[in-house]
Amino acid sequence: MAGIPHDHYEPTTGGEKWLHKRLPIVGLLYDTLMIPTPKNLNWMWIWGIVLTFCLVLQIVTGIVLVMHYTPDTSLAFASVEHIMRNVNGGFMLRYMHTNGASLFFVAVYLHIFRGLYYGSYKEPREVTWIIGILIYLLMMATAFMGYVLPWGQMSFWGATVITGLFGAIPFVGETLQTWLLGGPAVGNYTLTRFFSLHYLLPFVIAGLVILHIWAFHTTGNNNPTGVEVRRTSKADAQKDTVPFFPYFVMKDLFALVVILAVYFAIVGFMPNYLGHPDNYIPANPLATPAHIVPEWYFLPFYAILRAFTADVWVVQFASFITGGIIDAKFFGVLAMFGAIIVMALAPWLDTSSVRSGRYRPMFKWWFALLCVDFMVLMWVGAMPTTEPYASISLIASAYWFGYFLVILPLLGVIEKPLPRPATIEDDFEEHYAPKTGGTKTLVNPAE
Amino acid sequence: MLKHLTLAAAFALALPSGAALAAEGGHVDDVDFSFEGPFGTYDQQQLQRGLQVYTEICSACHGLQYLTYRDLAAPGGPELPEDQVRAYASQYEVFDPELADGEGDFRPAKETDHFGKSGLATAPDLTLMAKARAGFHGPYGLGINQFLKGMGGPEYIHALLTGYTGEEKEQAGTLFYENTAFPGGWISMPPALYGEDVTYVNGEDNSIDAQSKDVAAFLMWTAEPKLMARKQAGFVGVLMLILLGTLLYFTNKRIWLPIKGRVEADTPAK
Repeated sequence: MAGIPHDHYEPTTGGEKWLHKRLPIVGLLYDTLMIPTPKNLNWMWIWGIVLTFCLVLQIVTGIVLVMHYTPDTSLAFASVEHIMRNVNGGFMLRYMHTNGASLFFVAVYLHIFRGLYYGSYKEPREVTWIIGILIYLLMMATAFMGYVLPWGQMSFWGATVITGLFGAIPFVGETLQTWLLGGPAVGNYTLTRFFSLHYLLPFVIAGLVILHIWAFHTTGNNNPTGVEVRRTSKADAQKDTVPFFPYFVMKDLFALVVILAVYFAIVGFMPNYLGHPDNYIPANPLATPAHIVPEWYFLPFYAILRAFTADVWVVQFASFITGGIIDAKFFGVLAMFGAIIVMALAPWLDTSSVRSGRYRPMFKWWFALLCVDFMVLMWVGAMPTTEPYASISLIASAYWFGYFLVILPLLGVIEKPLPRPATIEDDFEEHYAPKTGGTKTLVNPAE
Repeated sequence: MLKHLTLAAAFALALPSGAALAAEGGHVDDVDFSFEGPFGTYDQQQLQRGLQVYTEICSACHGLQYLTYRDLAAPGGPELPEDQVRAYASQYEVFDPELADGEGDFRPAKETDHFGKSGLATAPDLTLMAKARAGFHGPYGLGINQFLKGMGGPEYIHALLTGYTGEEKEQAGTLFYENTAFPGGWISMPPALYGEDVTYVNGEDNSIDAQSKDVAAFLMWTAEPKLMARKQAGFVGVLMLILLGTLLYFTNKRIWLPIKGRVEADTPAK
């Protein structure tokens, strides 16, 4: 790995040297595991491990579920019940898989907001950030298609509504929607292709995760101060970092186990809390549910999608200058995808030279407001589109865009940042200085 | 960061207190079922009584297509003795396509056969009904009631069976009955229970309220036959993870000790 100077793998035995000459895989694994990691990382840096675990959990439980599932509209619902009733441990597998998706999204949102607060997206980590957003988009696609597979009422009607979004695109929309569905409406051909893609995409995600890790192993981790690790010499670097193994492996494992205890309590004691009762009714194309609500992790962006109705002036303006090509429905679709695109563009929209929000007194408040805004959007996304929810979702959506498009660029200019520590070592010792005994002892992590 | 998120969550919970949302569906009272909570288990006797109510009343119209007769003997359910299950199954006839040289013919059901589908086309299958309905909502879409009381599927079934007011109306040739639990208030299902509809072997309470609770509990079991095994797995899992977490906590502390200096500063890391 390029970047921070550190000890590399040296083959010692004859066998190791033989293999290293031909395939330096042990060296690659060693360098990945022993990467120098800023020693001041706080508990918000554990979500990466949680996410990696989630991906493995979903793939493993998913592969076993596939052995018992039938992707056919006449059998899908019954085959899920077969898993719940007749497959050994099938009820645990399925509940772990459905709630695993929720854990995955809890972790990814905390991971993303960690990055937004500590400026992890900023130079030189833009590529890590962009790959991360791509992973998030693929996660949404995978989760959406997975939710269709049990072929319950929400599966069917969720698929109808979401693929209908693509139908709102002018000129090509209808063709695109038919192509996505495999036919004129959600049917067996939709189920089979969603099943196929739901199996495929997690492996694409796994590939992107490797790129994501490769990218930030090249630039080095960000850390709560946003101050870079000193790279002038190995000795300097060692004052700022500790090897990932065993220090962060152990810390992350501890955090993972605590989170898994909560996750297991939900799987064991309230596995249907995060789901929708309507999905225990077999899909019926002739009966529309009273409320079609997506899973909780889609709600913030679903709220943005619904916020821009035909009576909003921006929508009317867009419709006017495009000669009606952009109608309210298409505007909503653009807003929903735009909400993620502005997030992807954060590295270039944020003009501040200070990376970490810890030293940005004004930014802190706007960021806190963004967190509140996200929660409000999530809540309002599950509410009916009547007043006062319509106005709330419009204001909340506006703030989401305002934060990225106006506040981030402006703050960099008007804000006066607080003094930052010169090195990561300084920051670390401020918290963990030896109380007595004077000299800075035992700060040689390599031993 | 964590503080911000906690703050955000607190705001999100406090914010909607001024808003008003019309209650979804009708009125559903909480029932203290034996299978609620992390350690709740099915009451075997109650499930057997519920089975009797289903068999004598509900099965006239409603099916249980995902349930097999042998499930009645499985652990964590009504746990009928196997000879009783066999006797119960043999009351019903199923179509077997392999009989009569491939022509197919009816034969008495075996314990491996499924319960029948709904006899009445408009009557929904009841196997999953207790999970397919939510008795509790909100407040204000926050899910707090579901968190505290459960999703409320069995409570909804109990409320529906006891919620008839006696009012009727005819609309487009169909008779509707007023029901305080049913969303919209008018249901096409006529009242099924009037009290003392079945006679329990041990002479237990067969009031309309008691019978409704029994059949609601039974339908929770048909929807979630592995509930007790699941809770046990969850409990063991949480216990093991807490144990592992404790060990990891001390391992982690020990490993970091030389890095953080011998004595930790009073103020923890932000």
